[in-house]
Amino acid sequence: MSRLFVARNPRVAARSLDGEMMIMSGRDSTLFTLNRTATILWQAADGRTPLDEIVQTRICAEFDVTPAEALQDAETLARDLASHEILQVSEQPIQSTSLPSEGSR
Amino acid sequence: MPELTAEVERLSLVIEIGGMPVRVNTTDPAFRTMLEDRYAGFVGSSQPPEIDFDIDLTPPSSNDPDADVCVTRSASRWRFERGDFRAEWDPSSRRGWIRQSANPYSIDAVLRIVHTLVLARQGGMLLHSASVIRNGRAFLFAGVSGAGKTTISRLAPPDATLLTDEISYVRRNAGKQGGYVAFGTPFTGELAKLGENVAAPVAALYLLKHGTQNRIDPVPPGEAARSLLANLLFFAEDEQLVQAAFHAAFEFVSQVPISRLTFVPDSRVWELIR
Repeated sequence: MSRLFVARNPRVAARSLDGEMMIMSGRDSTLFTLNRTATILWQAADGRTPLDEIVQTRICAEFDVTPAEALQDAETLARDLASHEILQVSEQPIQSTSLPSEGSR
Repeated sequence: MPELTAEVERLSLVIEIGGMPVRVNTTDPAFRTMLEDRYAGFVGSSQPPEIDFDIDLTPPSSNDPDADVCVTRSASRWRFERGDFRAEWDPSSRRGWIRQSANPYSIDAVLRIVHTLVLARQGGMLLHSASVIRNGRAFLFAGVSGAGKTTISRLAPPDATLLTDEISYVRRNAGKQGGYVAFGTPFTGELAKLGENVAAPVAALYLLKHGTQNRIDPVPPGEAARSLLANLLFFAEDEQLVQAAFHAAFEFVSQVPISRLTFVPDSRVWELIR
């Protein structure tokens, strides 16, 4: 089974405020508020760390969930965020020089 | 032999809102007079114009002024389009043109758009909110149509100065003290009364809510940011500018106290706002 890589889409604006991650699409100004799991995924989505590693080290460490179950949920979530152009998903590492971060301009 | 061509007299008028002078040029004296009346209190400036618009008047049409506005950028040129007008503006040359019939509503929309574009790059914004100066400080009252912007403006005491009952104009304070400054605008709502052309530091923003008692409640930062974004006037389909406006809203939330103001429609609510 191939590994998935996720990267923050540089075309969105993101801010974390009081623990809430808010993201605005630069394309159509739609505002998204991420839940805790999506926030972890977003923060870890550097394009280089495989999704299963993010799940193992970040999500399973925080939630009482099996790695297999968490990975399945994370893949679904990543593809959902990708459909809104918040994340990029690829089976290869994703090169990007301008990933948006929390509070970045 | 008579001259075959004659230079058409160009009539100009400078409209200064938020400290930004915009010169509009027309060849129609009646239209110029209409604009002078429409923007009374905001006409003239001691500064050279930052933008020049040539107005090309067209015959009245049945095109829909309620149609969606479309604001796009191609290279350095902005194009604005709605049922009742077309316009272009090039920030590098500071010049543009507006094609519309002789009515005050189309140019009003163009001015709002231009100001949002300029403000977004500077960390400022136009907001769906009433604003009032009291004791030298500006208070903003945000909300969608029906939230009470006009009502709270109408209830303002005599010592309060109305900046607008509909669209607030907010700039970052360039001084050392930071914060934001609210300016009066000629953009009116149901009150149909132009704001005063004055400015003051922003003290607070209230999210309006009708209720059975007057009270002020804290608003969590995330909700404050979402509410502010929901009340931003922003038209441009442009990624860079959307991102700039987004971050500007968060900067505002980090610097200006935002609370919920629940109020009954009588003047006692102003006892809470000083």
